[in-house]
Amino acid sequence: MRVSLNWLRQLVPGLEGTAEELADRLAMTVTGVEEIVPVGRGLEDIRVARVLELREHPDADRLSLCLVDGGEDPVEVVCGAPVIHEGGLYPFIAPGSTLPGGLRIEERAIRGVTSHGMLCSERELALGSDASGILRLPDGLEPGTPLVQAFDLPDAALELEITPNRVDLACHVGVARELAAEAGLEVRVPPVEGADWEPTWRDGHEAASAGGVTVGIEDAARCGRYLGAVVRGVEVKPSPAWLQARLRAVGARPINNVVDATNYVLRELNQPLHAFDLARVRGGRIGVRAARAGERLRTLDGVERALEPAATVITDAEGPVAVAGVMGGEESEVTAGTTDVFLECAWFDPSHTRHTARSLELSTDASYRFERGVDRRGCEAALARCVRLILATAGGKAEADAVRVGELPGPRTVVPLRPERVQRLLGLVLDAGAIEGLLAPLGFERDETGGLAFRIPGWREGDIRREVDLIEEVARRHGYERFPTATRPTRPSTVPDDPSFARSDRVRRLLESRGLLEARSSSLVARSEADAERPVDLLHPISAEEGFLRGALVPVLLRRLEHNWARGTGDVRLYEIGTVFRRRAEDESGEVPVAEELRVGALLTGRRRPPHWSEEPAAVDVWDLKGLAEEVASGLCGATVEPLPLASGDEAPALGRFGAARWLGAERFELVGPAGRIGVAGGVRREAVDAPPWAEAVWALEFGLGAVELAAPTPYRPLSTFPAVPRDLALAVPASVRAAEVEAVIREAAPEWLEDVRLFDVYEGDGVEGGRRSLAFRFRFRARDRTLEDAEVESALKQIIRRLEERCDARVRSA
Amino acid sequence: MSEGGNPLLERLAAIEEEGVAALRDAADEEALETARVRYLGRSGAVADVLGRIGSLPADQRRPVGQKGNAVKRALEETHETRAAELRMRESARAAADRDLTRPGRTAWPGGSHPVTAVIDEICDIFRELGFTRVRGPEVETEWYNFTALNIPLDHPAADVHDTFYLEDGVVLRTHTSPVQARTMQTHQPPVRVVVPGVCYRRESIDASHAAVFDQIEGLAVDEGVDFVEFRSTIEHFVRRFFGAETRTRFRPDFFPFTEPSAQVEVSCTICGGSGCATCKGTGWIEIMGSGMVDPAVFEAVGYDPERYTGYAFGMGPGRMALLRHGIPDLRLLHEGDVRFLRQFAST
Repeated sequence: MRVSLNWLRQLVPGLEGTAEELADRLAMTVTGVEEIVPVGRGLEDIRVARVLELREHPDADRLSLCLVDGGEDPVEVVCGAPVIHEGGLYPFIAPGSTLPGGLRIEERAIRGVTSHGMLCSERELALGSDASGILRLPDGLEPGTPLVQAFDLPDAALELEITPNRVDLACHVGVARELAAEAGLEVRVPPVEGADWEPTWRDGHEAASAGGVTVGIEDAARCGRYLGAVVRGVEVKPSPAWLQARLRAVGARPINNVVDATNYVLRELNQPLHAFDLARVRGGRIGVRAARAGERLRTLDGVERALEPAATVITDAEGPVAVAGVMGGEESEVTAGTTDVFLECAWFDPSHTRHTARSLELSTDASYRFERGVDRRGCEAALARCVRLILATAGGKAEADAVRVGELPGPRTVVPLRPERVQRLLGLVLDAGAIEGLLAPLGFERDETGGLAFRIPGWREGDIRREVDLIEEVARRHGYERFPTATRPTRPSTVPDDPSFARSDRVRRLLESRGLLEARSSSLVARSEADAERPVDLLHPISAEEGFLRGALVPVLLRRLEHNWARGTGDVRLYEIGTVFRRRAEDESGEVPVAEELRVGALLTGRRRPPHWSEEPAAVDVWDLKGLAEEVASGLCGATVEPLPLASGDEAPALGRFGAARWLGAERFELVGPAGRIGVAGGVRREAVDAPPWAEAVWALEFGLGAVELAAPTPYRPLSTFPAVPRDLALAVPASVRAAEVEAVIREAAPEWLEDVRLFDVYEGDGVEGGRRSLAFRFRFRARDRTLEDAEVESALKQIIRRLEERCDARVRSA
Repeated sequence: MSEGGNPLLERLAAIEEEGVAALRDAADEEALETARVRYLGRSGAVADVLGRIGSLPADQRRPVGQKGNAVKRALEETHETRAAELRMRESARAAADRDLTRPGRTAWPGGSHPVTAVIDEICDIFRELGFTRVRGPEVETEWYNFTALNIPLDHPAADVHDTFYLEDGVVLRTHTSPVQARTMQTHQPPVRVVVPGVCYRRESIDASHAAVFDQIEGLAVDEGVDFVEFRSTIEHFVRRFFGAETRTRFRPDFFPFTEPSAQVEVSCTICGGSGCATCKGTGWIEIMGSGMVDPAVFEAVGYDPERYTGYAFGMGPGRMALLRHGIPDLRLLHEGDVRFLRQFAST
């Protein structure tokens, strides 16, 4: 929303400050200023000129020769514009002067004829975007007048941020009110010179007639008030320079004096108005009602629109002539041939206007304001001002009677305000007088009937309804920057830290210490990354690629891996902690039909360590993954990592809430916590990821963070001060016997002073009988209370071996 | 014992002088070993003297024995020192051959995402002030996302949210603010929480907009919480997060769930306030929407708005990470490019 600085200065006599200063003042006490746009800078050399004579160029069809009166002796100018009118006024730049873009104009010959200057287009003057022709200036200006004088330039436009509660700031008087209050000045709307029309209102609850037009509101919910006036015998032509200048400064295109008058009042007082060509209003009747199915209307923008019953329309005796509060119809628009005008000034319901605009996918200056609520008490003043502007710029005569249908909802709202509440909420001690001093300049009148209370002006009725709304005005007027800084004693929160944070913090520390980098991927994904069985889809996605919520983390990380591979990175170690989603089953209860779970996902591929000159690089393998999974699982909640056998023919065994985990290859594990499976880990199937030929195998894991209980604090075990006795034992076991079984048997058969046993070598081949495999274990025996004797260690080993022979068919290998 | 009269004591003194010199000056390991055998060996000079103690009168044995042991210790110390020197000389020679300019062996660097680092830091600052961390669901009901927060659905105020719907009444949360309502429904004041979380808006994606983005919300409610406390707390946060020299300013804004509402701006972290491309020449950067909790929100969750007051704020850790590291494009944050992530790895 743009406001012109010159316009504001005109409304607030005595207002001082540069554009930057005023923008800053607005930002700090009213609303943000997104941009300051200079208007009409560098136009000091441009003058108004009259084309006295127009001739064809002797040597070029598309060029014409103009004899131009720029206030001094007439000169000849070569012009390439398609349309130039003899006697018309145009902006003229003389040789030796410079255009706003920095182009210096010189006398020069064009196809053999010397051009003594140039006539300028809107774009060349940086007054607009139109470069198609020379800017026609309104009649009545004196040749030689500086353009800056005629157009009140230079000016600056402030692009304001209008929050949904402050539509009153979408006009100059609204902004002027704030600036005036801030500066201790007053807003004075200058009267329209030479026009003082005050109508006699012809009122009606549902219908009324005046000046030959009958207005009827069929649906009062859609239109609270409808005011109308008739002006006859107008001369439709371009607006005077001052009016054009005001509209141009805020980025509006001047059209003709009647339409410009409505646009001027819109930007001055915030009231949208619409002018109908009365001759095109069939039957002299205006109605407001819901559109009927099948009705169509060609709107002002030339688009033929099908109307829906959600839309409100303005009708004449035969059908729709305008979309209420949004846009007029092309058929009844004011054109050069119009002589009689019917002027509409109404209050359309915000919600209905919103539905009307939405049903047509059309948003206009008018609908924007009606949706947010315009001042329904301001209609009379706005209509009168617009009629006077038309009389002043287009002549004609206004009918003395004007129609007024519908009623005001009642007297202005009174909102009480307790000074002690101000203190409680703001921490400021202000008495009634001080509060009144802050609020009165904005139009809040003190109501004297009871305690401190204020009558709300019409232009703030939508926003200010409660005490707290007024307190915000007090805080704003006081100035947020003028509040003191002070610390207050605080009491501790009753809300405990969500335990999932401690869990995720622990996992993050561990994974990062193992050289994994954290990714934060989008949770909007394609179907393939959604939950396999119960995908969650969006109703209106931006694209199919982002049409679903992710169902697991590993598939999402695999897409990140592909991104890295595509950039030539082969060593990728990523993890992510985030939410995954699945649709709940029909019999599953919940506030929403979607279940969420906080998960951890991780993947590893490429070299185990950064390459080093001292060694051959080795790729990450299943043991790296298993080790990482074990560290995370035991560190988090004492969980273990167990192989997850894949029976032949069983392609995708159900993995509970891990779904099919379709990425999981044959080498797979489950993470098992005290309460069951918390996650899965394993090799990533070749089909699950789009790998370049040079890529290494990919290993991944995923587990849930929601249900796990952090492992309890570890109890201390005393440290033995007696010497340790190491022993190695190589066993040939049948290939079907698992290392974990062997280890379990060892632990079971061993005395309590077996401090540690671990597998340190695995061997198959020469020296080991076929069908068997050698597993070598290293034992460390140490008692807490004594030095062990060789004999008791040997005896313990014998016991272990005997048990292994019985239970695992193990044979001790001769070393 | 007569003064200077015992030949064995004199002999020991001579052995000490010669032996220490021989050991100290040994040119290499071999010379050192030769000297050691000669003075400290089984049949070396010291052993020889001590072996003759038996032939002395009883009253002279003790001083000779004591002197003999002292000489032995002195020689041993000298030997040890010289041996260490020679070993060091040898290692240095070997090391000189080994070219220690070659790169060392490292592990893969791991680390948090820059946005997570920002979230952690924000949480840490507020936790020092007595706030706790909570989470809430990303799939929300319209009631929590809008109604409870005083946002009428059929109103332009809801338009700015560009909401993704899953079905009628079920949305992807457009902000972390629904967690305000959820927390207040389950806990009585005093409530002081921060809420990091992922939010969704139906925006077209570019360098500064994402459909999926991070937000961190704060809420403080108790008796006697006022605008002065709110402002002072936020100023404290800004100084802690952006640095002591950073200035804060508060200006009017609109959020349906706070009143009065404020936009918090900090002096530009890039130019310091003189105006640059990052702050669009204004010298200020918006970091936070905030304000005093609207009484309508208290009513929606069953708190007495006459008794309790509070403030709430929300900021975008993604944008703050861009600012902090000078990252030009929001999209870089979510690509998972290892080259990008490694730049911020801390381990």
